[in-house]
Amino acid sequence: MKSCVIVFPGSNCDRDVAVALEKFQIKNQMVWHAESDLPKSDLVVLPGGFSYGDYLRTGCIASKSKIINDVIRHARSGRLVLGICNGFQILIEAGLLPGVLLRNKKLRFISKNVFLKVVNTNSKFSSNYNKKSIIKLPIAHNEGNYFAENKIIEKLESENLIAFKYCDKKGEVNEVDNPNGSSNNIAGIFNKEKNILGMMPHPERLVDPLLSGMDGSLMFESLAKSH
Amino acid sequence: MKIFATVTLKKEVLDPQGKVINQTLKNMGYKNIVNVRQGKFFDIELDEKDRSKAKIIAEEICKKLLSNVVIEDYTIDLK
Repeated sequence: MKSCVIVFPGSNCDRDVAVALEKFQIKNQMVWHAESDLPKSDLVVLPGGFSYGDYLRTGCIASKSKIINDVIRHARSGRLVLGICNGFQILIEAGLLPGVLLRNKKLRFISKNVFLKVVNTNSKFSSNYNKKSIIKLPIAHNEGNYFAENKIIEKLESENLIAFKYCDKKGEVNEVDNPNGSSNNIAGIFNKEKNILGMMPHPERLVDPLLSGMDGSLMFESLAKSH
Repeated sequence: MKIFATVTLKKEVLDPQGKVINQTLKNMGYKNIVNVRQGKFFDIELDEKDRSKAKIIAEEICKKLLSNVVIEDYTIDLK
């Protein structure tokens, strides 16, 4: 399996995710945003960070980068795209996923570990989560409050396109354990074909026991075996 | 020609900053403040003399870049 991580000015999780990919034998290449063509890859990762200093709207300027045209072509051809945190915001601004990520309900930057319920394990990103359906991953964002019109939320629910929901340690999805005010506690969503995943939590930060957990590694294992 | 564009959150979208400003103004003694919405203002110089052409460009850039039409409204003023 081959991947590439797109690097924007202000990306800061690009190397973390590259380390995670390589740990699971995914051959990775870094790609600068000003390139016009992607190298041959099965997976494109848009990493976390603060691309362009979050100017105008988070992810907005990055979503107009030169390389994004080829990322859109890559996505439309059914190959995999993963957007983490700022990467999720970029996917939304690029129109590859529906809805919008508003400022956190309580207007604070949140950096902490949260419990997540893996809602859908039937995807190339999440198949290995059938071993563990309640996981703990870190979030670190100011704009993670997922919002979309009711029609879209209903469609995400009915078509089973929600990947992760914020929950308590027993897996119960409730208001108290919703850190940022997201509609229906949404932490990550797929597109209809489930080849695109956007998520606010950071799986790349928990791929080693030394980093206090392995819950992120199940995603990279899923990806590695999917090809 | 100049494009002046104003982008604000749609009425039905919560504007926490607007709310805080509203409350602060009230605390400062401006009791008759009813509502505040915060937005963004763009002052754009355009090399185009034809008003209708400028209008089309302004609409396009507001839709494509300056606003996110899912949550924001925009108004355009040409001068």
